[in-house]
Amino acid sequence: MTLNRRRFLGTTLAITATGLAAPMVRAMDGRPNVVVIGGGAGGATAARYIAKDSDGAVNVTLVEPTRTYYTCFFSNLYLGGFKEMGELGHSYGSLAQAGINVVHDWAVGVDRDAKTVSLAGGGSLPYDKLILSPGIDFVEGSVEGWSLAAQNAMPHSYKAGSQTELLKAQIEAMPEGGVFAMVAPPNPYRCPPGPYERVSMVAHYLKANNPTAKIIVADPKGKFSKQSLFQEGWLKHYPGMVDWIGEDFGGGNVSVDPEAMTVTIDGEETKVDVCNVIPGQKAGRIAELAGVTDGNWAPVNPTDMSSKADPDIYVLGDASAQGDMPKSGFSANSQAKVCANAVRGALTGSKVFPAKYSNTCWSLIDANDGVKVGATYEPTEEKIASVDSFISQTGETAELRKATYEESEGWYAGITADMFG
Amino acid sequence: MRLRNLALVVPALLMGAGIAFSAELGDADAGKQVFQKCKGCHEVGKGAENRIGPHLNGLFGRRAGSLEGYRYSKSFERLGASGYEWHADTLDAFLENPRALASGTRMSFRGMEDAEDRQNLVAYLRGFSDNPANIPEADPTATASDHDVDPEILAIVGDPEYGAYLSSECTTCHQADGGDHGIPSIVFWPKQDFVVAMHAYKNKQRNHPVMQMVAGRLGDEEIAALAAYFANPE
Repeated sequence: MTLNRRRFLGTTLAITATGLAAPMVRAMDGRPNVVVIGGGAGGATAARYIAKDSDGAVNVTLVEPTRTYYTCFFSNLYLGGFKEMGELGHSYGSLAQAGINVVHDWAVGVDRDAKTVSLAGGGSLPYDKLILSPGIDFVEGSVEGWSLAAQNAMPHSYKAGSQTELLKAQIEAMPEGGVFAMVAPPNPYRCPPGPYERVSMVAHYLKANNPTAKIIVADPKGKFSKQSLFQEGWLKHYPGMVDWIGEDFGGGNVSVDPEAMTVTIDGEETKVDVCNVIPGQKAGRIAELAGVTDGNWAPVNPTDMSSKADPDIYVLGDASAQGDMPKSGFSANSQAKVCANAVRGALTGSKVFPAKYSNTCWSLIDANDGVKVGATYEPTEEKIASVDSFISQTGETAELRKATYEESEGWYAGITADMFG
Repeated sequence: MRLRNLALVVPALLMGAGIAFSAELGDADAGKQVFQKCKGCHEVGKGAENRIGPHLNGLFGRRAGSLEGYRYSKSFERLGASGYEWHADTLDAFLENPRALASGTRMSFRGMEDAEDRQNLVAYLRGFSDNPANIPEADPTATASDHDVDPEILAIVGDPEYGAYLSSECTTCHQADGGDHGIPSIVFWPKQDFVVAMHAYKNKQRNHPVMQMVAGRLGDEEIAALAAYFANPE
């Protein structure tokens, strides 16, 4: 971690300096400034839509430390061997070409009175409207015995990239008949079906390469997203391999020892070969630094995703507390468009249309066995509320499941084009 | 994607042919008679097999030259590789003058001049593709006769600016540039076909759960706005 960060700062200092020059100069040209922090499904979409639809009338700056964005969505498919990591990487070049100032740096502070964002590289960005889409950070101490310092021994792999590659390498190195353990997170967390799709993908790999291996899941929850679909799939494709220990059986009473590589569930210690700890989660740190969080998340107004603490700040995606929408890339993308419409309206007087939100999450259980869940949402007085929903059914035909998987690939192509152009 | 290729390959044909968009789909019974001209080489229907030409079951939405187990000419393979697919409009153009589209093939048929014959034939063949009501999801072949929509709804003039805003919900899955990998393209549809298709989802006459949900909360004005926008998104 230290090494990576040092190397990163070394290579990006020059870029940061040049990247900063542009917005500082343009701030004086009379155009309003929008700063977007975080270049994922929420931030990239918001930046792109504001720039695209305002036709140069708004100066948009996107602050994102990484140069290549690896999508968290579909990263489980990499673990299962269905995708290469390279297929999940997207550069910010197209956004820069579309007229967005892409600044590869860390945002380290927000001065809400002066309306500026300070950067790790030393610069400062003025804003008229600030959009925060920082994703998640982990709640310290949420899993006894685990901390970020242990993320190499026991990876979380819940931010895609090197952590995902590490977990895959560890799974591949498991001894014959070894044990893969997962500590699942408490609600609310990013991508509700994610841990269980991951279990499916790990099982898919092990079935082909290490069929006597076992998977243990310690879960503080009593039930989980698409549970009947996943459990049906595990029984069908991976009989006897997956042991899910929910709340009723002490799944929440868990501690780990990263040095000894043991997991203790409800008092019973097990030696494991791989342990994927997905800790409890909270809004990305910049939301906290900006002072717009209440507890772990940042409350927003359901009509436009503006912060309840500051009308000139908007919070998108996982970091926001908005009501019924799950924390997903699809949700963040959907929220970003509502926000972009509102921000553009406020800055340029363009027409603001009523908010509509939607979400669909696809999961892969085994090759060509895809399932999905989705809902539509609208703002009410107190929250973004679900108005209609659907979910795949157990016992669906193989043809339908295959079509659902192919549809998910289409969605991936669609949403990444929608984010990056 | 498909439309773009179509535009590259057969612009001249389209001008002459008058595209047989499904609003103009013909009479399948009459098309059965027209098919007599094709029977020497092509089979269609239950148990159909490849003969001199490939069988024509499941033709709609199929990429040209892509049927497994049939040996195509180079010319057809190239056509398929360019992304050319069989739909009402492409079949119409092809039937009018097959050699203009793919020369040097075993298709010795000189072409069908009568536009009505072609439309009837296309309507007949369409019945042998799986679940033809759903095929239009890949292209503008939805017809008013598929699912009756109140003429007053069809007559609503949509606001393309509102449609542009609403379209952002669609482009999370459907690619704005018309790419149709895994999920159908929805750009450049004739407005009426778009409206008919969306109301068919809204009324649950078409059975895709995501689309039923998305269309279900759209009002008539909103569907008209989307149709206006997607008819010409640029």
